[in-house]
Amino acid sequence: MSAEAIPPGIVLERESASRPNYLNWSHSVKDWLLTTDHKRIAILYLVSITIMFGLGGIAAMAIRAELTSPHGHLMESDTYNKMFTMHGVVMIFFFLVPSIPATLGNFLLPLMLGARDLAFPRLNLLSWYLFTLGGVIALGAMICGGVDTGWTFYTPYSSIYSNSNVAVTLVGLFIAGFSSIVTGINFIATIHKMRAPGLTWTRLPLFIWAHYATSIIIVLGTPVVAVTLGLVLVERTLHIGIFDPAIGGDPILFQHMFWFYSHPAVYIMILPAMGVINEVLACFCRKRIFGYTFVCGSTLAIAVFGFMVWGHHMFVTGQSLYTGMIFSALSFIVAVPSAIKVFNWTATIYKGEVWFSAPMIYCLGFIGLFTIGGLTGLYCSSLSVDVHINMTYFVVAHFHYVMVGGATLGYLAGLHFWWPKMTGRMYPEGWAKVAAGLAFVGFNLTFFPQFILGYLGMPRRYHYYPAEFQIWHVLSTAGSSVLALGYAIPLVYFLWSLKYGEKAGPNPWGAAGLEWTVASPPTQFNFDELPVVTWEAYNYDVPHENAIVDHSKNVLPDAEGASHSAH
Amino acid sequence: MSVEAAHDAHGHHPVQYHQFEDMEQQNETYIVGMWSFLVTEIMFFGGLFLAYSIFRMNNQAIFTEAGHRYLEVDKGAFNTVVLLTSSLSMAMCVYYAQKADRVKQLLCLGFTLLCSFVFLGVKAMEWSKEFAEHHLPGANFAYVSDAHLSTAKAQIFFCLYFAMTGLHAIHVIVGILLMVVLGVLIAARRPGVKYYMPVEMFGLYWHFVDIVWIFLFPLFYLIPGKR
Ligand code: HEM
Ligand SMILES: [Cu+2]
Repeated sequence: MSAEAIPPGIVLERESASRPNYLNWSHSVKDWLLTTDHKRIAILYLVSITIMFGLGGIAAMAIRAELTSPHGHLMESDTYNKMFTMHGVVMIFFFLVPSIPATLGNFLLPLMLGARDLAFPRLNLLSWYLFTLGGVIALGAMICGGVDTGWTFYTPYSSIYSNSNVAVTLVGLFIAGFSSIVTGINFIATIHKMRAPGLTWTRLPLFIWAHYATSIIIVLGTPVVAVTLGLVLVERTLHIGIFDPAIGGDPILFQHMFWFYSHPAVYIMILPAMGVINEVLACFCRKRIFGYTFVCGSTLAIAVFGFMVWGHHMFVTGQSLYTGMIFSALSFIVAVPSAIKVFNWTATIYKGEVWFSAPMIYCLGFIGLFTIGGLTGLYCSSLSVDVHINMTYFVVAHFHYVMVGGATLGYLAGLHFWWPKMTGRMYPEGWAKVAAGLAFVGFNLTFFPQFILGYLGMPRRYHYYPAEFQIWHVLSTAGSSVLALGYAIPLVYFLWSLKYGEKAGPNPWGAAGLEWTVASPPTQFNFDELPVVTWEAYNYDVPHENAIVDHSKNVLPDAEGASHSAH
Repeated sequence: MSVEAAHDAHGHHPVQYHQFEDMEQQNETYIVGMWSFLVTEIMFFGGLFLAYSIFRMNNQAIFTEAGHRYLEVDKGAFNTVVLLTSSLSMAMCVYYAQKADRVKQLLCLGFTLLCSFVFLGVKAMEWSKEFAEHHLPGANFAYVSDAHLSTAKAQIFFCLYFAMTGLHAIHVIVGILLMVVLGVLIAARRPGVKYYMPVEMFGLYWHFVDIVWIFLFPLFYLIPGKR
C-alpha cells in the first residue's frame, strides 16, 4: 500500500475530551444495570469474571497450600475434593470461557467492525444476566454445600455417588451455558452483517476471525453439553436416566457427550487469546501478520478439527483400540493449525521493529508457553504414552500451559493493550512489565515441576503422596505465590490508573485498526460517521496517528504521524 | 442520549434499531441470528438423537417392540398431519404478514395455534396411557414383553421417549406463548408487528419445531427392527 493511502485515521475526534463518553454520559446504577451498550456490558462482564477469577484463585491457593505436605495436614479429603472441583468449575466455566469474548470481544467487535453496537444489544445484556445468575447459583451450591466430582462431572460419580449439591451446580452451569450461546449467536450475526462498507472478509482483523470461529464452536458445542448436563440433572432428581448402568444406561456415553463439547471448549478458550496475540504482535512489531490467509485458515481449521478429537480424553476408558488410534491421529492433525500460527507469529517478529511494551511481553510469554502446552498435548495424544501419563500431573501441567500460560496471558496482553481504549487512561508501564515478568516466572515455577511429577507418576486429584514427591510440590507452591503476585499487581495498578493514569488519547500505541480511530473512551455510539474501509488489516507500512506516550525509547515515528493529522 | 432519542435523531423507520444503518441490514441480521439460534437448537436435540441412535443400535429388538407395541402409531400419524398443516398455515401467515394483510394474518395464526393445541391434546392422551401402563421410568416402571425379550433396556426406551417428546412439547408450549403474544400485538395494531419480521422469525421457529417431530415420529413409532 502506498504511503499516500489514507490510514485508518478517519477524522480523529480530537475535541472529544470534552464530549461525554460511554462511561460518563450517565452515572445512575440503573443505566449501568439496564444498559444495552456493548461497552458497558463488557465492563460488567469484566467485573464479574474478575471476581470469579479471584474465587477460583483462592481455591487454587488452598490446593497448593495443602499439597506442600505429603500427609495433607490442612484439610479433610472431602474438603480437598471440593476445592479442586470449585477451582476447575469456576476457572473454566466462569472465567476462561467468557474471559476474552465477553469482555474484550464485546467491547471491540463493533469498534473493529465499524458498527454502533452488536447486532442484538438486548440479548447481550441478557447474556450477562444469565452468566451472573448461573454463577450465583453454581457458586452458592459449591460454597455452601460443596461438590466433589471434579469439573468433568463424570457419571456415575455425579449421578449416583455424590451429594445433591451437584444438581444445583448443574442448573447454574446450564444457565451459564445459555449466556455463552447467546453471545455466540450475537457475534455471528454481527460479524456477518454489521461490517462497515469496504470491510471485506479478507480485511478483517484476525481478532474478529478468532471470535467468529469461537462463536461457531460455541453455537455447535454448548447446546450439547447443556443437554448432557440436563440429562444428569434429570437422572439425579427423578432417578431416571440413560447414564445409569443400573437400569441399562451407559456412563461412557456421558463422557463422549461431555468431551464433544469440552474438547472444542478448550478452543473456545484459546482461539480468542490467539486473536489478541495477532493484534498485539502486529502493533508492536510494526508489521502485517505474516501469512494473514494462513492464520485465518488455521483458525477455521481448528474450529472444524476441534470437533473430531474428543476421544483423546478417553483412551483408557474402554474405548476400542481402533477408535483410540483414529482419535490419536486426528489429535495430531489438530495440532498442525496451532503450529502454523506459532510459525506465523515468529515470522512476524522476525525483522520487525519490536517494541518491548508490557502487552508485547505478555504476548511473547504466550507464544513460548503455548508452544510447550501444545507440544505436550501431542505427548498426551500418543496412545501408549498417554496410558502412562493419563490422570497424572502431566496432564494437569499440559492444560495449565495452554490455559494459564496461553489463554490467561493472552487475556492479560489484550487487557493491557486495550485498557487505554476502554478507560482512556494509561497504566504504569514499568509496573506492568514487572507484573508480566512475575507472571511468566511464577507460572513456569508452578507448572514445570508438575510435568516432572506427572512423569514420575503422581496422580492428579490426590492430596496424599509419597514423600519423595514433596520437593516438586513445594516448588510448585512457591511458584504459585509468585504467580499470584503477578496477577495481583495489575489489579492494583489498573484500579489506580482509573483515577491517576495518564490520559491515553485515541491511539497511544500508534496502532492500526478502526477501534483506534475513535476517542478513548469511545462515545456512546462509537462512530459519529460510520467509516468506509479502503485498506487491508495491519497496514503498518503507513504511519498512524500515534503515540502521545513516551514510556519507552521506542516511541514511534511521530513526525510522519503528525503530517497525517490533517485527515 | 437514550436509544429512542437516537432513532428520532436519525429519522429512521419506526422499528429500526439504532445499531443498524437501514432496514435491509436489520432484516438480514435478524435472519442470520435466527438461523444461528436454530443451529443451536439442532445441536441441543442432536445430543438426544445421538443417545437414541446408540441405544437403538445396541438394542434393536426391545426398542422395536416397545415402539410398535406400546406407542400408538395412528395417534402419532395424526399428530404429524396436524403439525404439517400448522406449518402450512404458518407459512401463509408469514406471506400475509409480508403483504401486511392483518385479518388473514390473524386467521392463519389462529389456525396454527389451534393445531398446536390439538397436537398437545393428542400427546397428552398418549402420555397418560403410558403413565397408566407404568411405562413412566422410575420406581413403578413395569414392562411386559411379548417375545420374551430381556426388558432391561425397555426403561431406556421410555426415558428417551419422554425426554425427547417432552423437550419437543416444551418447544410447542413456548411456541404457543409466542403465538398468543404475537396475536395480541397484531390485533392491537402495535407498530412493532406491522412489520413482518417478528412473524417471519417466529415462522422459522415453528417450522423447526415441526421438523423435529418429523424425525421423532419415525424414530419412535415406525422404524422396523432387523428381520
Ligand atoms: C495442540 C493441540 C492439543 C492437543 C493435541 C491436546 C491433547 C490433549 C490430550 C490428549 C489430553 C488428554 C490427556 C489425558 O487425559 O490423558 C488433553 C487434556 C486436556 N487439554 Fe489438551 N491438547 C491440545 C491443546 C489444548 C488447549 C489449547 C487447551 C486449552 C486451552 C487444552 C486443554 C486441555 C484440558 C483442560 C485437558 C484436561 C481435561 C481433564 O481431563 O480435566 N488442550 N489434551
Ligand atoms: Cu482435548
